[in-house]
Amino acid sequence: MVDILIVGSGAAALTAALTAKARGASVLVLGKQEPTNSQTSMAQGGINSVLNLERDSVAKHIEDTIKSSRNLSDKAMIERMCHDAPKVIEWLESIGVPFSRCESGAIAQRQLGGAREKRACYSQDYTGLKILHTLYDNILKEDIEYLEDHYLLNLVVDDGVAKGAIVIDISTGETKQIDAKATIIATGGYGSIYHGYTTNAFGSTGDGVAAVLRAGGEISDMEFVQFHPTALKSSSILISESARGEGGYLLNTKGERFVDELLPRDVVARAIYEQISSGEEVFLDIRHLGREKLMELLPQEVHLCKLHEDIDPITQLIPIKPVAHYSMGGIDVDRSLEVRGIQGCFAVGECSNAKVHGANRLGGNSLLEIVSFGRLAGESAYHYAKNRDIPKASDTQLEKDKIHIAEIFNRSNRVNFYEKREGIGKLFYESVGIVRTETALKDALSQLRNIIEELPYIGVGDKSRLYNRNLIELLEFENTLELGEVIVLSAIGRRESRGAHYRDDFKEQRDEEFALHTLCKRVDGEITIGFERSYI
Amino acid sequence: MNISIQKFVRDKEPQRYIREYEIPDNSTLLSALQHIKAIDDPTLTFGAGCRSGICGACSVRVNGREELACSYMPKHGDHIEPLKYHGIKRDLMVDKSRAKQTLKTSTAWLHQSQKATITTKDEKLTELQSDCILCSSCYSACPVFAVNPDFLGPFALTRIYRYTADPREGDIKSSIDAIQSDGVWDCTLCGECTAVCPQGIDPKMDITMLRGTSSQYGYMDPNFGNMNFGFDPNAGF
Ligand SMILES: Cc1cc2nc3c(=O)[nH]c(=O)nc-3n(C[C@H](O)[C@H](O)[C@H](O)COP(=O)(O)OP(=O)(O)OC[C@H]3O[C@@H](n4cnc5c(N)ncnc54)[C@H](O)[C@@H]3O)c2cc1C
Ligand code: SF4
Ligand code: SF4
Ligand code: FES
Repeated sequence: MVDILIVGSGAAALTAALTAKARGASVLVLGKQEPTNSQTSMAQGGINSVLNLERDSVAKHIEDTIKSSRNLSDKAMIERMCHDAPKVIEWLESIGVPFSRCESGAIAQRQLGGAREKRACYSQDYTGLKILHTLYDNILKEDIEYLEDHYLLNLVVDDGVAKGAIVIDISTGETKQIDAKATIIATGGYGSIYHGYTTNAFGSTGDGVAAVLRAGGEISDMEFVQFHPTALKSSSILISESARGEGGYLLNTKGERFVDELLPRDVVARAIYEQISSGEEVFLDIRHLGREKLMELLPQEVHLCKLHEDIDPITQLIPIKPVAHYSMGGIDVDRSLEVRGIQGCFAVGECSNAKVHGANRLGGNSLLEIVSFGRLAGESAYHYAKNRDIPKASDTQLEKDKIHIAEIFNRSNRVNFYEKREGIGKLFYESVGIVRTETALKDALSQLRNIIEELPYIGVGDKSRLYNRNLIELLEFENTLELGEVIVLSAIGRRESRGAHYRDDFKEQRDEEFALHTLCKRVDGEITIGFERSYI
Repeated sequence: MNISIQKFVRDKEPQRYIREYEIPDNSTLLSALQHIKAIDDPTLTFGAGCRSGICGACSVRVNGREELACSYMPKHGDHIEPLKYHGIKRDLMVDKSRAKQTLKTSTAWLHQSQKATITTKDEKLTELQSDCILCSSCYSACPVFAVNPDFLGPFALTRIYRYTADPREGDIKSSIDAIQSDGVWDCTLCGECTAVCPQGIDPKMDITMLRGTSSQYGYMDPNFGNMNFGFDPNAGF
């Protein structure tokens, strides 16, 4: 039995692994892909930390983060994260992350939306990539065992205590149990439910969040999904905020500007969405910046526009739309990152709700969270597992999951889930997206439930056991359906507007009634939704 | 338009065959593969992640040349195969564990981290090298693997260069020691790796630089002694 099992291999998981290993714990990391394929590689903008005390202060970082959270966060966790930030950068620097520099040799910083100062440390446009790869190099250096092509199906929980996980070895199709004293879930967000309308990588399907829900743990604030204002219209690929930061305009079909481009993400995303709903097309215009400046500042963007939209942004307008970008909600954790309802199970990163982002995440705070709290998760799990004897779990869950997988192979394949996945993505974008109403939400719920009813007829066309990605994609789709129901129910219950959750029928933020976290768990199989006070 | 794809699965006969598929115009190869999987052949297996050329999961060969599926626009008649010199997991998905073992063998990390002032000039020295997405395209293109499967290969050596050129490295010698056998001297400096890298990285140049550093640490081109003329044109510095 290993001391600590870590599921996922983004920066949250790898940081937790390095931390726990350094403490002396035995660690096993597994993921459904190779470590460096993780979505963390896609982060461009930067990682927030106050470094220069002459122009900035930790107090300001805390204030900015709280303000953006719209009274839906835990002040103690935000303080912890922001105070820890300089140490996080120091640690990343010590293990070799190649941060961009100023002339003085200091780490360079840029300003991102919602921050009052230049606070985001970066490595050109490759911040996530370079952090992730440096962590990976250190995983190799520390000789930490990693199992690729292992998909988390479910947690093993006996009497509320975590004892490991059930996984599918994708290479053989075998369903197996991995015993561990403590388990850390770091499986990333659930933005892929908005299939076709998200910047997220494939596979950001909330698998860990759904596994916790099934195992009796609690998940929270699931209705809070951040939409990024500028993604390419046909491919949903992110055009970084820096395009607007550098002076890009937003225009409608008439060529008019309709919003101050530098307002917070939720406000700009809504303004764009309203234009599109009224029949306008919306474009990002960066032509006036000139070829030289664009090739110097935004070369990746120029390349992506040419490839995915067949337009040259140096001479043409870029067609855009706002799409799902970040999951604020997730697995509900306490201040040591232990999952509410499951002892010995910890959650960290985008899959978790450590209540530092609230209703609206600030750019640059997610990379900070995953490294800062990745270290915290490693520490917490180490302390939990140390000197603890955990009796081996029974194989009840394993048998259950084997039956589930066999049942999937036996399903008729009458309904093509790829079509349904497409349909759900569009449905969620339109009805559980940037602007919500009770009528549309209820309609989405009934359509979603119809698909859930059809599941017994939604099987796999690929019957091989070896590297069956068709099976994995179906399991991921099932997770999005399960979480989709929670998202819609939570959104219906929150009869107000706050940050990323905007209700056209309740336009005001109603603190006296709703400065509360939405909590969800399964009781006797049924989803129950409740509210709990926010510790702001 | 049509493309053909090399299929492979271990538990069926024939294990390997070529199949043609119809794909929509004007979509990236990755979107085309997804289109095929969704409506035509659910067994088609390939790597995918970010869709934007950064996660390194989708590299394949198109008409013999390495490409990222998400960054390539297919043409009628294109033939798609998995990377070379990698075990095939299934269809276009390859096993990169052997390739990635080179990172461990070559010890591609900071050995002894020291505090150092890093100037913008230092940073630029390894900026490009640290853009590597580990797509393994260069490994697939490198002809040395046809004769020496233990060669450390282009991306691992580029990564070694990235750390040795970093002012934070207090122990360059350990890295240099680790890349002498099946390493810098086994490269033929043919430049195939450089030609296929989607990130514009130049492993050939990095290897050349590492040969220079190796000489500073007292290592010599082992081929040198076997030659009866005094100058090795491949030494490269
Ligand atoms: C385009 C883009 C740009 C961004 N830019 C920034 C930025 O500039 N600054 C910032 O702070 N944030 C940014 N973000 C957000 C940030 O990148 C993510 O929130 C963060 O990287 C999440 O890291 P993570 O470790 O929690 O999860 P991920 O990196 O998503 O990793 C999740 C891991 O879990 C694995 N996994 C998932 N399910 C399973 C399963 N069932 N079984 C086994 N393994 C599983 C995956 O394979 C993966 O390894 C950006 C996000 C995107 C999409
Ligand atoms: S230059 Fe060297 S490493 Fe690159 S492909 Fe040629 S032999 Fe291989
Ligand atoms: S050096 Fe280039 S081709 Fe080789 S793995 Fe890195 S990104 Fe890919
Ligand atoms: S899908 Fe990530 S590099 Fe192609």
